[in-house]
Amino acid sequence: MATQDRPLSPHLQVYRPQITSMLSILHRITGVGLGAGTLLIAWWLIAAATGPEAFDTAQAFIGSLIGRLILLGFTWALFYHLCNGIRHLVWDAGYGYDLDSVTRTGWLVVVASLVLTALAWIAGYGMRGL
Amino acid sequence: MGDSLRTPLSRVTGLGSAKDGTHHWWMQRLTAIALVPLTFWFVASLASLVGADRDQVADWMAGPLPALLMILFLGTAFYHFKLGLQVVIEDYVHAEWVKITLLVLNNFFCIALGGACVLSVLLLLFGG
Repeated sequence: MATQDRPLSPHLQVYRPQITSMLSILHRITGVGLGAGTLLIAWWLIAAATGPEAFDTAQAFIGSLIGRLILLGFTWALFYHLCNGIRHLVWDAGYGYDLDSVTRTGWLVVVASLVLTALAWIAGYGMRGL
Repeated sequence: MGDSLRTPLSRVTGLGSAKDGTHHWWMQRLTAIALVPLTFWFVASLASLVGADRDQVADWMAGPLPALLMILFLGTAFYHFKLGLQVVIEDYVHAEWVKITLLVLNNFFCIALGGACVLSVLLLLFGG
């Protein structure tokens, strides 16, 4: 097709990274990542429905170091996408468009996602101790 | 308005050239709103199941309320993912046949995996 090799605009690499643009692309990256992460949830659910051996295999992987790192990343991506999604819904309702608000809610989302991730893992490890 | 080439019917239905109107946008928002409480429930549930063996998970999922909420979460999440990934593909993939192929695979992936997850919940609910 003749249109294939046209140069693309804007040239994103000339812009200084900003909280707005970084969080925007992070929303997409976490969204795609969460979609990939559903494979792990699907494995866990299907294994539980299949039987104890299959479930132990899935649980062994999830409990391993790599499994825990993936689950930690999944938890944070989930809370980031959730919090930033709420930010998007507020924009959809017509609020929070001025620069101060956009910056403030952006950092709020980052902090909230980290706090919620920490709370979820503290709760999870608390259960393990019982 | 009198000079517009669009018919009055086209303006009234508001569906645009894709004949889909705001349906995609609206469903993405609707599923997003539903996923806010469902996600908190999902994470809390998984946190409560850390270290549980298969029988404990099966017992928990055999309750009608956890099973219902899990099915609602899975159905909404996979639908939301299908809508989101569709936009990502449409934005970044420009070769027509690759784009169409990925859009088809996106549908197949989300429906097949979502279906398998829901079936697993039903098997556990009805005494797996």
